[in-house]
Amino acid sequence: MSSLVGRNLLAGAEPDVTANAGYTDPPPRMGFFTDTSVCIGCKACEVACKEWNAIPEDGLEFTGMSYDNTQGLGADTWRHVAFIEQDKPMGNAEAGVDHRGGPGDGAADMRWLMASDVCKHCTHAACLDVCPTGSLFRTEFGTVVVQEDICNGCGYCIPACPYGVIDQRKGDGRAWKCTMCYDRIGVGQEPACAKACPTDSIQYGPLDELRERAALRVEQLHEIGVEDARLYGHDPDDGVGGDGAFFLLLDEPEVYGLPPDPVVTTRDLPSIWKHAGVAAATLLGGLAAVFTVHGRNGGRR
Amino acid sequence: MSDPGEERDPGNEGGVGKDGVHGQRPGREAQIGKGLPGRGGRRRKGRGEKAMVPEAEFTSYYGLPILNPPVWRSYDVAGYFFLGGLAGAGSVLAAGAQLTGRPAAARALKVSSLLAIGGSTAALIHDLGRPARFVNMLRVMKPTSPMSMGSWLLAAYGPAVGAAAVLDVTGLFPRLGGAATAGAAALGPAVAAYTAALAADTAVPAWHDVHRELPMVFVGSAAAAASGMALITAPARETAPMRSAAVLGTALELAAAKLMERRAGLVAEPYKEGKAGRFVRAGEFLSAAGAAGGVLLGGRSRAAAALSGAALLAGSACTRFGVFHAGIQSARDPKYTVVPQRERLASGVPDGG
Repeated sequence: MSSLVGRNLLAGAEPDVTANAGYTDPPPRMGFFTDTSVCIGCKACEVACKEWNAIPEDGLEFTGMSYDNTQGLGADTWRHVAFIEQDKPMGNAEAGVDHRGGPGDGAADMRWLMASDVCKHCTHAACLDVCPTGSLFRTEFGTVVVQEDICNGCGYCIPACPYGVIDQRKGDGRAWKCTMCYDRIGVGQEPACAKACPTDSIQYGPLDELRERAALRVEQLHEIGVEDARLYGHDPDDGVGGDGAFFLLLDEPEVYGLPPDPVVTTRDLPSIWKHAGVAAATLLGGLAAVFTVHGRNGGRR
Repeated sequence: MSDPGEERDPGNEGGVGKDGVHGQRPGREAQIGKGLPGRGGRRRKGRGEKAMVPEAEFTSYYGLPILNPPVWRSYDVAGYFFLGGLAGAGSVLAAGAQLTGRPAAARALKVSSLLAIGGSTAALIHDLGRPARFVNMLRVMKPTSPMSMGSWLLAAYGPAVGAAAVLDVTGLFPRLGGAATAGAAALGPAVAAYTAALAADTAVPAWHDVHRELPMVFVGSAAAAASGMALITAPARETAPMRSAAVLGTALELAAAKLMERRAGLVAEPYKEGKAGRFVRAGEFLSAAGAAGGVLLGGRSRAAAALSGAALLAGSACTRFGVFHAGIQSARDPKYTVVPQRERLASGVPDGG
């Protein structure tokens, strides 16, 4: 373990996240690389996740948002497939259909972006940092997991997450999120979503290896004309120290409902505590000054 | 079914028939648009420009929030902020009153602090998804979690304020009572201020982005509330310092709130709009009216003092509910998450801590 003393442990690149969480000789940090360019929107990941983790049904709604009736990640949705329909071509692909003269502006091209979102298992995980019970913890694989037998449902992790991942389960009261199938990966199995993904859009493996593979994939897509391809959450120098689950996207992150520049809230914790401390001192000093000025009661009689 | 001998699409040189898999299978990498003719420069440019036209100042996924908004109930958590402030600042005022020969005010404030901290703890437990597991709050001590530090703070402050009140009312062990009063006064400001750190240490834009000013708003509001409580419960001859404290607290709260609005830019918007805006404006009006009423009339008329005190208490509560709802509103609208982050990326300067 590299020394924990004299370093900023709240933000920045953190190459040794599992060892620094106290594990001696941990396995390599594991992660997801979700390559949205090959996602076909089958939602097998959503189903496999629900089945494996025995997640309850959480509403059967029709949203009208393309094929997305799931809407977002939450206590009962640990994989969420986003669908975005756009009037623009994918790389050099031709739709081969001429809609000129048709309704709308007669757009002849469309692309259908699909992306399976998941907990990012941040290097600097705000949910874990703010959890007052120690229910959220870092596993030996570098992932972030809730211990449901400890969580008391305080809800602090929910607004702390910069991605809107973790949420409180209605009727249960506790906070739930993706565990990266801690039970499966512990015995050498890949997580249910990655296992079920028919196109390998969801890839599971050692994070270092996934990052290399992702860089090659972006290069390849750029070469064949998909200039929009970019990685998201891969950079260890970003606001959360890099994600354990990162993505290849074909548009800006916010198009998929992802924050463009997430920052772990505890990066500013020293400043937060400092300002709270100054305020507390101001209250004590101010009120002491008031009593000093007024003096003893009846003293002026 | 096509004949296996037929010429195939070069992109898929294989097939599966009754006799098994034959031919070469494509690689696993998807080749989007590969092998297709590139587009004419003119047409492509036209498309590109069209897509570039900004439809709004930011994009989002069907207008859905990026964050999961807090699930905290407003009465529990905003109430907790208010009662924590009332208790914490009340303990300081109680100690000051005791030291300067104002025993009735001291006793009233000790009792009100005990009731307030009891109420705030009850609100905190009530808000838990699993109230029976409240004790898990004391399972670890984490400086990165203001809620953990707050729980430990309450665990120390609660008994102190309880002992101070009970020993004052019963008259037992006056020395121990004095020590408890001093202890509660030492911890009180932390109880009043830490709730701002609790709100600020989240990804909620209207809380996190104002983390420099929010603690000042909270302690100012706390001082005003506790002074208001003294104006209601203590005889007028003992409340002169509390009337000054009400003015000081209100001035601090309003000044910090103005600074906050100026510095926060876009994220200050939720503080002016909707439910949050109504609470914030009501809070400003009631606090100012209460402080003015207290300082001008509180020394002369008991009724005016009580009325001013009630206005100060209501003003402080409104401010806390306003801050609470501003946070909820900012978390529910993706604008407050996306736009500041986009601006940060565009400026190329990481947001300073």
